[in-house]
Amino acid sequence: MTPKPLKNTSDTLDFAWYLDKAVEKLVFLGGISGIIFIVGIFIFVFKEGLGFIIANMDIAEFFGNPAWRPTSDEPTYGALALIAGTASVTGLAVLTAVPFSIGSAIYISEFSTGRTQEFLKILIELLAAIPSVVWGFIGLSIMNPLIIDLFNVPIGLNVLNAGVILGLMAAPIMTTIAEDALKAVPDQYREAAEALGATKWQVTFNVVLPAAKKGLMSAVLLGVGRGFGETMAVLMASGHSIHLPTSPFDSVRALTATIAAELGETAIGSEHYRALFTLGILLFIVTFFINLTADIIVRGKGDR
Amino acid sequence: MVESNEKSDKTPKLSIKDLSIFYGKEKVLSNVSFDIFENEIFGIIGPANSGKTSFLRILNRMDTFVPEMRFEGEVVFDGKNIMEWRNLYALRRSIGVVFPLPVGLPMSIYENVALSPRLRGIRSKGELDSIVERCLRRAALWDEVKDRLNVLGSLLSGGQQQRLTIARALSQEPKMLLLDEFSIAVDPVTTMKIEDALKDLRNEMTIILVTNLVQQARRLANRTAFFLMGEFIEEGNTEDFFTGNVQDPRTRQYVQGRFG
Repeated sequence: MTPKPLKNTSDTLDFAWYLDKAVEKLVFLGGISGIIFIVGIFIFVFKEGLGFIIANMDIAEFFGNPAWRPTSDEPTYGALALIAGTASVTGLAVLTAVPFSIGSAIYISEFSTGRTQEFLKILIELLAAIPSVVWGFIGLSIMNPLIIDLFNVPIGLNVLNAGVILGLMAAPIMTTIAEDALKAVPDQYREAAEALGATKWQVTFNVVLPAAKKGLMSAVLLGVGRGFGETMAVLMASGHSIHLPTSPFDSVRALTATIAAELGETAIGSEHYRALFTLGILLFIVTFFINLTADIIVRGKGDR
Repeated sequence: MVESNEKSDKTPKLSIKDLSIFYGKEKVLSNVSFDIFENEIFGIIGPANSGKTSFLRILNRMDTFVPEMRFEGEVVFDGKNIMEWRNLYALRRSIGVVFPLPVGLPMSIYENVALSPRLRGIRSKGELDSIVERCLRRAALWDEVKDRLNVLGSLLSGGQQQRLTIARALSQEPKMLLLDEFSIAVDPVTTMKIEDALKDLRNEMTIILVTNLVQQARRLANRTAFFLMGEFIEEGNTEDFFTGNVQDPRTRQYVQGRFG
């Protein structure tokens, strides 16, 4: 005989189910509004900048000419020197920050214990919170005379100064992210390796660092992004003069600093005003790609 | 030794027709069809990689955690096709799961067991106390932990944690309990304790027991199915499996330990 089917009594839409759906909608709203803000900023910057790109920009001049003379009678808008300024300062900053931050992340996560570890973590987080204008101040009043004395150069506000200041500034953030990456390596890996009789450094170098490789790379890239967008400290420490740098002792001017210094003095809607927004687009695109790369590395499928 | 169920005139609690499971394009289990009834322990045996765990994942719709996992065929639980349940969470609530490696949630022993009742809306301390005690007793853990219910669940030993997860699964008052190789990280003495507990639980619910240990299926299961390399070979009364009364020679070989 064929049995009659069971009557189902469990499948009811209860309060928890409705709450779940409501929260899902609410959270979706939160997520989507973040996207809307980003797109809004994007549109605003591009609207102002695109006018210049279409009407006035000479691409060869923009990327090839070091002369940024927006206020001269025959204005030229060459951003090469500004790009080179930002690139050289950021490059030096990365060179300064990476050894410091990876080193201290390894020390905090792998070698220090107990109180020392806690104390250092708090200290690093405190360092990360120092306002950039304070770093600029240090560059202006401490690094400047130091560089003049040490290297016997006429002016201490240059690539070296800004790069080091920016590096020190980015290091705490890089350290925090790198330390998170090291902490995310499961302790079983360390135990398994130490059970083989490997020394602390061998464990760190052969097991922990390879396992945390992706996290460390993204820490560096996020630090680069941070340095790239930094304005105030660079403005104060770099000398703010338009140069294609040939040595670390040349003063330079950064993209960000240019926007900050000039935007207030331009007429809204003027050619100069729009040119500054074009610089903004450039910054936007580069930081976007840096963050995207960091993201791809973290999710990276290629090697594991 | 267990009595086989008279099944012909009963309504199945879980009915599976032509079930096949895929990860992307790869088929990991094909053409499973059988019925499982109330108050029986249904054993599933087979070597590693046979699709046993994938099968369990489908039953309470845990395939949603794996983007490329999907299935074809029909699974009817409690009189309703699992794809037609409007409230997925209600489906999961009525099916308890015990995973191979115990996962103690990061809270006290008491809270581990009281979580599900609380989520159902039970607030009274007295009621929660009695649920916690009853579930821990039925999972054969009460005597060992009754004096330290506020200790973190994750601090228990492996075998104790596994019994804690069983108690937790019972706290949701499931109609069906899925056990996936529960004894993999558990010592033999604890395994026997859990097995005894399962024999008692059979009177209250349907139990599906996936196991690598052929003898465990023999001790517990009323009926047994054999999966091999993603293929459903056959199912039948457990005693028939162990007396050689099977249709496929591979089943006999596996049960006798000739491969696997």
